[in-house]
Amino acid sequence: KNLGCVEPRDCLSPTPAEDNPMFRNLAKGVTACWRETVSASKPDSLRLGMGLRGMATASAGSSSPAGTKRMNLFTAINEAMVIAMESDPKAVVMGEDVKFGGVFRCTLGLVDKFGNERVFNTPLSEQGIVGFATGMCSIGHTAIAEIQFADYIHPAFDQIINESSKYRYRSGSQFDCGGLTIRTPYGVVGHGGFYHSQSPEAVYCQPGVKVVIPRSPTQAKGLLLSCIRDKNPCIFFEPKILYRSAVEDVPEGDYMLPLGKAEVLREGTDVTIVGWGAQLKHLEAACDMAQQEGIECELIDLQTLYPYDIDTLETSVKKTGRMIISHEAAVTGGWGAELSAKVQERCFEYLEAPIKRICGLDIPPSPLVFEKIHIPDALKNLKAIRETVTF
Amino acid sequence: GTMRRLLGGLPRRLPRRFRAGFSTRVHEESPPILERDPTLKRTGDVRYSDELITLDPTQIPDVPAYRVMDESGNLLHPQRNYGLSTDKLVEMYEIMGEVMVVDHVFMQAQRHGRISFYMQNTGEEAIQVGSAAALEDKDHVFAQYRELGVYLSRGFDMQQVAHQCFSNVHDFGKGRQMPIHLGASHLNLHTISSPLATQLPQAVGASYVLKRRGEGACVICYFGEGAASEGDFHAALNFASTMDCPVIFFCRNNGFAISTPTHEQYRGDGILSRAHGYGMAGIRVDGNDMIAVYEATKEAREYAVSENRPIIIEAMTYRRGHHSSSDDASAYRCDKELKWWQTNNDPVARVRMHLESLGAWDSDKEAELRQLHKKKVMKCLNAAEKAQKPPMSDLFNDVYAEMPPRLIRQKARLDEHLAKYPDDYKLGKFASEDVYKSSK
Repeated sequence: KNLGCVEPRDCLSPTPAEDNPMFRNLAKGVTACWRETVSASKPDSLRLGMGLRGMATASAGSSSPAGTKRMNLFTAINEAMVIAMESDPKAVVMGEDVKFGGVFRCTLGLVDKFGNERVFNTPLSEQGIVGFATGMCSIGHTAIAEIQFADYIHPAFDQIINESSKYRYRSGSQFDCGGLTIRTPYGVVGHGGFYHSQSPEAVYCQPGVKVVIPRSPTQAKGLLLSCIRDKNPCIFFEPKILYRSAVEDVPEGDYMLPLGKAEVLREGTDVTIVGWGAQLKHLEAACDMAQQEGIECELIDLQTLYPYDIDTLETSVKKTGRMIISHEAAVTGGWGAELSAKVQERCFEYLEAPIKRICGLDIPPSPLVFEKIHIPDALKNLKAIRETVTF
Repeated sequence: GTMRRLLGGLPRRLPRRFRAGFSTRVHEESPPILERDPTLKRTGDVRYSDELITLDPTQIPDVPAYRVMDESGNLLHPQRNYGLSTDKLVEMYEIMGEVMVVDHVFMQAQRHGRISFYMQNTGEEAIQVGSAAALEDKDHVFAQYRELGVYLSRGFDMQQVAHQCFSNVHDFGKGRQMPIHLGASHLNLHTISSPLATQLPQAVGASYVLKRRGEGACVICYFGEGAASEGDFHAALNFASTMDCPVIFFCRNNGFAISTPTHEQYRGDGILSRAHGYGMAGIRVDGNDMIAVYEATKEAREYAVSENRPIIIEAMTYRRGHHSSSDDASAYRCDKELKWWQTNNDPVARVRMHLESLGAWDSDKEAELRQLHKKKVMKCLNAAEKAQKPPMSDLFNDVYAEMPPRLIRQKARLDEHLAKYPDDYKLGKFASEDVYKSSK
């Protein structure tokens, strides 16, 4: 199956343009064995491959296919950073507590490999972290800056929106901070309350930055490498609930996945379902349940929220005539609102039902004891699927 | 140099000690549980006192501002050599004159509706030209907005200032920002942005890179005493000190942040007093004494580069102009105060009087310079005004390194719309793509 990988050295600035001839099958840069693995394995196990109960995964007893290694999300992210740092002497990793390995172990072992000058703790200040990283990148360095939780990214909003996102444009392209990548864990985790659960991606989708959210270890490694090497400032939201629990066979070595490209995980004819990050496990479950009822859902992982791949969504909705968008963040003003508006613009005559958004409630996310009830889970999505196809 | 003798030298390898108080009665034996545990990685020694001490800031004297000459341009120590030749001084004086004439003429141009906005530098010419002269080309500059003399000193010429203010096709910034948001990458002058103090942590990051490169360069970062109240100031100084970055934090304490006087901005001893809190060195200087500013910056630069440590320079001055063309300072300050500074402590006059005392300047030379500058600025202004605006493609370029599909589509739709209404949108003033290419 074409996962759209690109040769690492081929594309220093992966572009989302659908007519870009660089997106081709996994030929170079990935071992031949992996190519074999991809075509031979069950589509859903490689697509999601999450080690959650009830989800399809490669069987526990089997060893990883050649050219891949079984690992979880934080390890895949760690690998991406190792590769980025090895291939770019101007790359640094910085943030709070990154030196000892980070609160989620994403930066484990980096200081031993690359030294104190390139892997360093910063004082506790998000506006400082992003401002400092922006300044490093303004004279050519590559800064991989960690914000400990997406809930704490807001003090950096000024630096991100007023500075980083406009750095190139306002200078007439004399300066840029394209080397900037901000990585931060986001999303509910079962017990995070208001300040360890947020999904603030929508407000950071602004001109000049790219917002990327991976769903799995394989995607995370490839997408993070693309973000780091992209010539624009990127924000990479990592689904923290999957750091340890999402385990799959991740290709070894250097590979990049294209930004600005959505991925169809499952083909169907009855309704298009769009999500990203951790939400896809709920959506996959809902699709499975719908399939029991004879409803064939087309499931799409948006991957890059800004700038997003409208063409893949359009093609799908023109086929199915129905759409559901699902994200953890509150429904009002969430990113689903933008997608809904754009899709109805493109596909109005093809729509058989109103576009539905199955999202968080309009309350501060996420009140601890109510979390499981609050989140847009598989059951809520199943209900939406049924309603949409019978509209 | 001179400064070191006056201030007892700048700290070398500042010891990381936490001083618990001023008490002389220190507890001789620490209890066993407070014995230093090597695994705890403490960052400093804690000394103990059996006397409760409250630090009283009013007992700490304000740090005096360093000056080399008095208000009439006479050297306080005539024998001393301050490392600036007379020729260099004249050159610097002429740049001060350029700042003045640009300020005067461009402010008029704004009042006449020829440009949309302007900010003057009146009263701060010595800070700008004096500090810039102490830098090297390889040093990077992050400025706030009242640093025209720094830009001119480094080769960003008057004509280019005019181009930027008129947002025309020759502007390096492609006409996208308000006037005086100058930038030139080939001169290591980072493009100015309006939000205050955002440049401070960026300057620190850039200086970290310069340290890695090991080329003996530093970053200088300018800001006002008002901007120093922002959170980014705190973040930047803390990062710079904690991470050993070669950056000069140059504070122009000019008495006002728009209408807000310093006693409504902070309560401590200016901005310099904060240096101690960050474990950082600092200098206070008479911002209206160009030679002192030059010396202070030179000393600071040497310290920053040789020690890879940050340093604050707080230059005391007075903003004689309005905050900007959108402001009328008479609404919040009295004429008497303004007149006092104009008459008694004008940085430009002090240099002129000093040069006159050396026999290197006179009223004829002054008249000649003013003529020259007047001609030059009018020529620059008119040329900039006549030039076309950037082409339409510059509306969409550079948002990203590559133009994403969405912008390609939006441009196509806009082009279609504009083609229908060229006169309503005064498209004639925008350069065609061919003119644009040839002008680069």
